[in-house]
Amino acid sequence: MTDASLNSPAASGPSQSLHKLDARTKKRNAAEARFEAYGLVAILIGLFFLAVLAFAIVRSGLPAFTKTVLDVEMNVSQQDFDAAESQLFKTKAYAGLFSKSLQAQLTEQGVTAPFDDAAIERIAGKVGGTIREFYRENPGQLGQPVSFELAAASRVDGYFNGRVTRDTLTESRFLMLSDLDLADALKEAGIVRNAFDWNFITGADSGVDNPGGAGIGASVVGSFFMMLVVLVLSLPIGVAASIYLEEFAPQNRITDLIEVNISNLAAVPSIVFGILGLAVFIQFMHLPQSAPLVGGLVLTLMTLPTIIISTRAALKAVPPSIRDAALGVGASKMQAVFHHVLPLAMPGILTGTIIGLAQALGETAPLLLIGMVGFVARGYPDGFLQGFVEPNSAMPAQIYTWAARADVSFYDKAWGGIIILLLFLLTMNIIAIILRRRFERRW
Amino acid sequence: MNDMRKLEREVDTKALKISARQCQVYYGNNHAIKDVDIDIEDKTVTAFIGPSGCGKSTFLRCLNRMNDTIDICRVEGDIRLDGEDIYDPKVDPVQLRAKVGMVFQKPNPFPKSIYDNIAYGPRIHGLAKNKAELDEIVEKSLRRGAIWDEVKDRLHAPGTGLSGGQQQRLCIARAIATEPEVLLMDEPCSALDPIATSQVEELIDELRTNFSVVIVTHSMQQAARVSQKTAFFHLGNLVEYGETGQIFTNPSDPRTESYITGRIG
Ligand SMILES: Nc1ncnc2c1ncn2[C@@H]1O[C@H](COP(=O)(O)OP(=O)(O)OP(=O)(O)O)[C@@H](O)[C@H]1O
Ligand SMILES: [Mg+2]
Repeated sequence: MTDASLNSPAASGPSQSLHKLDARTKKRNAAEARFEAYGLVAILIGLFFLAVLAFAIVRSGLPAFTKTVLDVEMNVSQQDFDAAESQLFKTKAYAGLFSKSLQAQLTEQGVTAPFDDAAIERIAGKVGGTIREFYRENPGQLGQPVSFELAAASRVDGYFNGRVTRDTLTESRFLMLSDLDLADALKEAGIVRNAFDWNFITGADSGVDNPGGAGIGASVVGSFFMMLVVLVLSLPIGVAASIYLEEFAPQNRITDLIEVNISNLAAVPSIVFGILGLAVFIQFMHLPQSAPLVGGLVLTLMTLPTIIISTRAALKAVPPSIRDAALGVGASKMQAVFHHVLPLAMPGILTGTIIGLAQALGETAPLLLIGMVGFVARGYPDGFLQGFVEPNSAMPAQIYTWAARADVSFYDKAWGGIIILLLFLLTMNIIAIILRRRFERRW
Repeated sequence: MNDMRKLEREVDTKALKISARQCQVYYGNNHAIKDVDIDIEDKTVTAFIGPSGCGKSTFLRCLNRMNDTIDICRVEGDIRLDGEDIYDPKVDPVQLRAKVGMVFQKPNPFPKSIYDNIAYGPRIHGLAKNKAELDEIVEKSLRRGAIWDEVKDRLHAPGTGLSGGQQQRLCIARAIATEPEVLLMDEPCSALDPIATSQVEELIDELRTNFSVVIVTHSMQQAARVSQKTAFFHLGNLVEYGETGQIFTNPSDPRTESYITGRIG
C-alpha cells in the first residue's frame, strides 16, 4: 500500500499541501492550545493565592517584629535621688520625676498635652521602677543627662499599628480615650517611635499579661532540637529500611505486608502518633514531658513512612542497567548500591527528607499530647545536651499557644511566629537545594 | 553421536574453560534454555548465534551468574569454570564476575566520568597500587577499547555524554580493565559503525591470546570473521555447536542451514 503510493506520486497528485493545515491537525493544535491555556490559568490562580497569602502574612506579621518605644531624656541629680529614696513610695517618686522630664520635653517641642502619672503608667507601664533600678545600679549617671528607651504598653502599640482605634476602644483601666490624645501628642513631639523588637526573635515566651515581652527564640531552639532528633533518626533508619526493602529483601508475603503497612502509616493522622508517643515514651519509658527529645521521637515516627516511600521511589527510578553494570565488573551488591544506585537516588531521597522534615516542623497536633503546647518557654536550655531534655516549646506549638490567648496583642505575635516558621522552612529548603546541586554535579 | 565424538577430539587440543551440562533456565514458567551442553575452550572466541528471543543472552548471563539478579529466573544443571561448579553454594558470584567479565547488549556506562567508569573495577578489586598505575590501566583499557583517541582530552567528562557507539566501546574498555579470564560480550557491535566494529573485532582477536571470549552476534559475517567456534541456538535449544568454518560451510542440522542462509530467524 505504502509502496504503491511511494512509487507513483505523480499518479495520486500532490495529495495535501504542507502549507495548508488539515482538519485533524487543526483540531489537535486547538486541543493543545486549550490545554496550555488551562495550565497557565491554573498557575496564575496558584500564584494569586500565594501572593495573597504572602501579603496577608507579612502585613499581619510585621507588627510583631516592631515595638513602640518612648525616648525620654532625664537628668536626675544626687539630691533628687536621695529625696526619692527617702520616700515611702519610692517608685512613685521616680514616676513623678519622669513625668516632669516628659512634660519638659513636650514643652520644648511646643506640644501641650495634659497628663497625670496614672496615664503614664497606662502608656508606658511602671516607669518608676525601671528608672529606680537603673540609678541604683548606675549611681555614676546621677547628675548627667540619660536617655531612656521605654517600651510602650501593647495597647498603645496596637493603636499605632491600627489594631486599636478610637472607635473600637473600650475604656478600661488599661487604656482611656484621653490616653490616645496623649499618645498622639507624644508622637507629634517625636518622643514615641517604632523600634525593631529584637526580643521577639531572641526572647522566650512571656506571661499571658505581657504580650509585648513575648519572643519566639526559645521555641525556635526547641524546634531546632526536635528537627535534629528527627533528622538524625529518620534519615538513616528510613534510608536503610528502603535500601533493604528495595535491593536486598526477597519478594514475598512478609515484605508485601511490610510495604502495605508503611504506605498506610503515611496516612495515619498525626494525633495518633502523638498519643502513641504519650503512651510509649512518657508513660512507659518515663522520658521527660515537654522535651524536644520526645517531640523529635514522635515526629520521627511520623516522618519515617514519608522518607521510606520517597526513598524507595527514588531507588526504583534508578535504571537496573546501572546495577547490572556494577555487578558485571565484579562489585558486590552493597558496592553497587552504595557506589552507584544511592548517589543517583540521592536527589530524590533529599526531596523526600525535606518534605518529611517540613511536615514535622509544622506539626502541632502530636505535640499537644506530649505537653509541648501551652508550655511557657521562659528561657533557653542550659547547654546543648540539656536542649534535648529540658522542657521547651516548638514553633507551631508556640504559635498555637499565642493564638489561643485572650489578649489580642498575642495575635500579632502568632502571625510574626508564622513568618519565622516560614523562614525556617525556606532555609531548610535552600539547604536541600544546595545539597542536591552538589550531588548532581558529581556526575 | 557423530558430533559428540568430533567435539571430544577438539577438546583435547585446547584446555577447557567452561563446560555446561544439562543446563536449564526458567523465567517463571517460561522454559527459556533447554538441556544445553556446551564446552567453551580457553583462548578461543566462541560465537552464539540464533534468532531473536532464542535465549542467547539468557545463556550468556548464566555463565557469570548475572541471572541471579532476576528474581523469577531459575537456573538448573551444571556449569563449570575451570572444573569448578559456579553454582555451588560456596561460590561467591562477586568473585566469579571478577573472573568472568561482561559487556551488555545495551550500553550502560555509569553516570560518572569516563575515567571513573574505567577505574571503578580496578579500584574495587585493588588492581592499582597508586594513581599512576591506575592512570596506566585506564589508558591501556581505553586504547584496547578503541576509544582512547576520541576521549583522551575529556577523561573527566561524563561517560553518559558519549554517543551510543562510544558508550559501547567505553563499556568494553571497562570490562577488560579488570583483566577477566573470560569475557562475555552480548552484541557488542550492534551500535557501532563499520570502523569501530573492525576495531572491536581486532580487539577480540587480540584478547584471544590471553582470554576466552564468548560473543553473541546477529551478524553471520562477524561470527565468521572473529570466532573459531560457533553455537547455534534455536527456541532455547543448542542446535549445533562446532568449528565456525564447519557450521557455516557444512551445517549438519537443517535448522542451522536455514538460519544461516536466511530462511528462518
Ligand atoms: N528478564 C526476563 N524475564 C522474563 N523473561 C525473560 C527475561 N529475559 C528474557 N526472557 C525470555 O527468555 C527468552 C530468551 O530471551 P533472551 O534475551 O535470552 O533472547 P536473545 O536470544 O538474547 O534475543 P535477542 O537476540 O533479541 O537479544 C525470551 O523468550 C524472553 O522472553
Ligand atoms: Mg539478547
